[in-house]
Amino acid sequence: MRSLWRLAAVLAMAVPSGMVAQADTATQRVARRIVTAQDSALEAATTMLASELRCPVCQGNSIQDSPSELALQMRDLIRDQLRAGKTPDEVRAYFVDKYGEWILLSPRATGLNLVVYLVPLAAVLVGGLVVWRTVKRWTGPSSAGPADQVHPGA
Amino acid sequence: MNWKRAFIAVALLVPVIALLAYGTTRDPKTIVSPLPGKPAPDFSLAVFAPGEGELAKSIGDTARMAEHRGNVVVLNFWASWCLQCRDEHVDLSNTAKAYYDRGVRFYGLLYNDQPAFGLKWIEEMGGQAYPSLLDPRTRTAIDYGLYGVPETFIVTGDGRVAYKHIGPISERLLSQKIDSLLREGSGTP
Repeated sequence: MRSLWRLAAVLAMAVPSGMVAQADTATQRVARRIVTAQDSALEAATTMLASELRCPVCQGNSIQDSPSELALQMRDLIRDQLRAGKTPDEVRAYFVDKYGEWILLSPRATGLNLVVYLVPLAAVLVGGLVVWRTVKRWTGPSSAGPADQVHPGA
Repeated sequence: MNWKRAFIAVALLVPVIALLAYGTTRDPKTIVSPLPGKPAPDFSLAVFAPGEGELAKSIGDTARMAEHRGNVVVLNFWASWCLQCRDEHVDLSNTAKAYYDRGVRFYGLLYNDQPAFGLKWIEEMGGQAYPSLLDPRTRTAIDYGLYGVPETFIVTGDGRVAYKHIGPISERLLSQKIDSLLREGSGTP
């Protein structure tokens, strides 16, 4: 009988401490999830920015795609700046400040840079117009006038 | 009608040909740095190679860009694995010694390299007159918009980047640039 009382006392002490331990684990799990989500968001933002910036020691590669040491350190710097609270625009501006517009793989669509975006569009429009006019001439009534037609019975 | 067609063809082709012709005059490897004229990025870096004689600093001492207001400062980014750095090494050391009394200060900054390799390289090259600094995680190099090594920056007495040189620099060019800054009154003799 006395051993049963002892067992009950041990259980009574063990259950609340077990519950506290479970609660702690749950809090830790939630905290871990939050940290993991934050890390994932940070990684996603780092990857996005690193994909937009040109690797200075490569041929046309982004910092994200380059395996070079400098690109790796630039990725670290992007991550650190974002973690420190800088916005993606501020990080981009930092690199432009150091390396010039050249560092951006896609030039900004302002000023003289607009040429890069508008010339291909203009070329497509002019090319399309030329093709349309040519096709129209080939298929139009003037290209097959009565004088050009050959009558089998003639 | 034929004249009209010819005119349109010429009007379309001439700008394209002009653009291509302009492109052939440009070296795609030459990238204009936005840094000259701007304030030199500050740094606070540890000395790992002391330098020689009166130019020397103690190993482990911290060198700061901000402490050189009034001095023309020459920063040379280098590495032991960089072959071109060998070509300019003697010229840099000679110029550093020649201009020390006129208040010009030189620093080497080790780029993507181990300090032990850097020290061994300096020994092989017969010494380095001025101190060299460690740049952990290449943060200062990125701050200076570095593409590779060697690269040399000349900073005015009021802390602006006056000149950036990509590739090995000669004693003659260094002297010319430093003299021009000293003549303008940048740096205290």
